[in-house]
Amino acid sequence: MIPGTFDYHSPDTLDEAIKLLNDLGEDAKVLAGGHSLLPMMKWRLAEPTHLVDISRLSDLDYIKEENGYLCLGAMVTESALENSELIAAKYPILKDTSEVIADPLVRNLASVGGNIAHGDPANDHPATMLALNAIVVVCGPNGSKREINIDDFFLGPLWTALQDNEILTEIKIPIPKQYSGGCYIKLERKVGDYAIAACAATLDFENGQCISAGIGLTNVGPTPVRASDSQNMLVGTDVSDEIIEKASVLASETSQPVGDHRGSEEYKRGVVKTLTERAIMKAKNRALGGN
Amino acid sequence: MAKKSITININGTPRSGEVEDRLLLVHFIRDDCALTGTHIGCDSTHCGACTVLLDGTAVKSCTVLAVQADGREVSTIEGMEGAALHPLQEGFFEEHGLQCGFCTPGMIMSAKHLLDNNPKPNEEEIRCGISGNLCRCTGYQNIVKSVQYASNKIQESESVGGE
Repeated sequence: MIPGTFDYHSPDTLDEAIKLLNDLGEDAKVLAGGHSLLPMMKWRLAEPTHLVDISRLSDLDYIKEENGYLCLGAMVTESALENSELIAAKYPILKDTSEVIADPLVRNLASVGGNIAHGDPANDHPATMLALNAIVVVCGPNGSKREINIDDFFLGPLWTALQDNEILTEIKIPIPKQYSGGCYIKLERKVGDYAIAACAATLDFENGQCISAGIGLTNVGPTPVRASDSQNMLVGTDVSDEIIEKASVLASETSQPVGDHRGSEEYKRGVVKTLTERAIMKAKNRALGGN
Repeated sequence: MAKKSITININGTPRSGEVEDRLLLVHFIRDDCALTGTHIGCDSTHCGACTVLLDGTAVKSCTVLAVQADGREVSTIEGMEGAALHPLQEGFFEEHGLQCGFCTPGMIMSAKHLLDNNPKPNEEEIRCGISGNLCRCTGYQNIVKSVQYASNKIQESESVGGE
């Protein structure tokens, strides 16, 4: 399979890339790692007439903590995230997420920015970023820059708040407090497949009480799903087994799975409940100093 | 139709061509350079038969545009053999790591990336390292042994060379 015809552009700077997008209009697409876009183009599910390759923009490739946030450049590859010591030590939920995306070869090129900008509810980072209350930084024409709360970013299947002339440049994640933990658990049929369902959970504790919680769900709705009722159930409690059970049921009720070749709706709701339960337990362990 | 001139260093040899923007790297390697050791299997980023190293990193060349590799270095199975078989090639020979052989070039390139980054992988790390490569013949057992063979052989030759 060969993609349809298009013109390939390889700008040297971010400004140049944005100018190209602005000039070329809606027929242009950003090419990052290419591991979602190129397969779609082969299947003619996407037929852009211009590709603007940002993979050579080295200034979008960084993992650093700054001003209270973990900042991930959009072109950080999944492999880089998976192998980063900083991520392993302080953000294991991101390591959990990266290492279940597709397979190791795909992860060598696939980018965290692309995983989010693609807007696919079956992708793994979106739910994790919901649980982490991430902020999406996008740059547009004439040096404009805006920060979008992750809750306002995903609008529908393959549809995000990004405009045609904007590029997602960075993801900002609040640096966790002392007693914080998170994890991502995915059920997949085989290596490389999209999730049947997956759950991202984060918890912050103070004096043994949960003061905030984030629950994000993958591939059980038209967008990644924040399980708000489930989060509310956890806050203000010690996150006992009984509370975890109730929160998991709520997450299952909030999810909107559709029956398909990965399972019936009922089955997927059961999977959401079980994964949420496990994810919260593991997040709690990590928050309180375990693994 | 848009065409670009590109030069890709493949196995140490610069290869130039006028290519359509949409040409996939695997087609440039096989059709334009006649290096047919790199295989096309699923053509949809699943099977890994087309795995090559791009600037030393294992990637599926059916999901990279040739223009994206312009000015970069690519290694394919043809570049593995030097004066003798590469320890990975020897490992697949000695441990019967292939049957039909279709997945083997990609499997070896993935294993090369793995050993370059982790010279002494345990079994789990090997299985994870080749999890983007499908083999429908062997059941993977002998492939794992082949990679272990290569790992040991490389360690031995380095310890001998270091004395």
